Amino acid sequence: MEISTITISLFLFAVIALVFAPIMTWVERKQSALMQDRIGANRANIAGIRAIGLLHPLADAVKMFTKEDTIPSGSHRLLHLLCPFIATVPAMVSFAVIPYGGSYRAWGAEWSMVVADLDYGVLYLFAVGSIATYGSMLAGWAGNNNWGMLGSLRVSAQMLSYEVAMGISIVGIFMIFGTLKLTDMGVAQQEMFRVLGFAEYFGWVEPGTAWLGWVQLPMWGLLLQPVAFFVFFTAMLAENKRPPFDTPEGESEIVAGYFVEYSGMKFGLYTMGELVEVVVIGGVMTAIFLGGWSIPYLSDAQVIGGLSQMFGPNLGNVLAMIVHVSVFWAKVIGLIFFQMLIRWSMPRFRYDQVMDLGWKILLPISIANVAITGAVVLWIRGLVG
Amino acid sequence: MEEILFYIFGALAVLSAAGVVLSTKSTINSALYLVVSMLSLAVLFVMLRAEFVGVLQVMVYAGAIVVLFLFVIMLLNLDEGDMGPPSQPVLKAVGAVVILGATVKLASLLRSGPRVVPELPDGFGQVREVGTILFTDYLLAFEVTGILLLAGIVGAVMLAKKTVD
Repeated sequence: MEISTITISLFLFAVIALVFAPIMTWVERKQSALMQDRIGANRANIAGIRAIGLLHPLADAVKMFTKEDTIPSGSHRLLHLLCPFIATVPAMVSFAVIPYGGSYRAWGAEWSMVVADLDYGVLYLFAVGSIATYGSMLAGWAGNNNWGMLGSLRVSAQMLSYEVAMGISIVGIFMIFGTLKLTDMGVAQQEMFRVLGFAEYFGWVEPGTAWLGWVQLPMWGLLLQPVAFFVFFTAMLAENKRPPFDTPEGESEIVAGYFVEYSGMKFGLYTMGELVEVVVIGGVMTAIFLGGWSIPYLSDAQVIGGLSQMFGPNLGNVLAMIVHVSVFWAKVIGLIFFQMLIRWSMPRFRYDQVMDLGWKILLPISIANVAITGAVVLWIRGLVG
Repeated sequence: MEEILFYIFGALAVLSAAGVVLSTKSTINSALYLVVSMLSLAVLFVMLRAEFVGVLQVMVYAGAIVVLFLFVIMLLNLDEGDMGPPSQPVLKAVGAVVILGATVKLASLLRSGPRVVPELPDGFGQVREVGTILFTDYLLAFEVTGILLLAGIVGAVMLAKKTVD
């Protein structure tokens, strides 16, 4: 990896981690206000400048940093201190494998829009995600609080259950793209497939009929694996523990669940972690199911080639990079709004309903999806030869 | 650099593994030592270019199995009093003999083994390579493991069903 790659990727990474989390609180407040026909947060101001409520995250930060940091008696002090970090850091390091764009050549250097292009990219996400479980489940225990303990039990059961469905639902995608690498998936999703191609196979029309190629769709994960999309998305939402899957928090039943004993910025870290995770979910779903950085019907080569012709190879590559990164984030922002929509329109599930959904509905569906996808992939490979 | 990291994580793996057995304050502490040990092992795997195995180590052992341990420990809510059966001298003696034998064997292996690490084949430790080996050379072991796990699941269902009925 070259220096330019690292710097630009790390820059994007820092922007996301430091700026996105506070802005997400604003997005959440404003979107809930919009949905509930309210104005939303707009009172925080500096010398009368309100900046459509964008100063509220700043006010939050000041408030959280100046609050008393309570440490309950009888708590496990080290774990009590560590847990908020264990819960938050995995969400932030997840960005390392998410590709914001393809790779570009400008001024003799290769610019790749991913911090670590790992061969086992998706598994890395699962691995760091599973470590986050500790931050939540030990928090309740370390605080020596009964409500916290109940929250811990719920969080560990919920996160374990949904990891199973999450892992199995994505296998179909691995089979189709033949890779676990997120950049390879992004490239693979720029291919096209003929929607009406099956008519040729069944012999309904002459092979090579022109109109079969008229209706083409990009090979997005969403279109090839719609079932996996919904199962994986649901499992990711459940892993994030935000409503409607917030039984571990369940403020009307168990006060605040696993983080009941946290105050000040430690409490803030849990909220921040969840909000960063919302962005991570958007990024992962985009990279795997929504074509990543690509524009439908325009391959990377076409975009780079077209822009290079107009602006010269160096500037053309940089412009293509900007276009692709913008497209990626546009898709992510769309998914963030979608997640907020779910969060503000669904009531909390009961604990047993959450477990039933994970084990009795999502898991069988994803296993069936693996079996059917495997059979179809083998069949198609047999046809192709 | 790599050597320093190896000694740090190697020591961490061994010390935390000892911590699993020696920590008597609470069962949770033992489980947490186990997590540290697993994570250090994962780092060692990555440093040996077996990155796929390393990430599986984190995902399966540190991320799922020990979480399950912790879940059970929390659910049972063990006190200091019920920390398992009293000391078993016979088992301890057997354990000591086994460890001693293993150490001697390992020492002789290290002494006689090759000093120069052979060149790694292309794609070593990557997902495709591990998968190919697993489903060709070690297919039988893989399937036997699968059946073993299936038996475990069926057994768990049977036990759970008995208490429900």
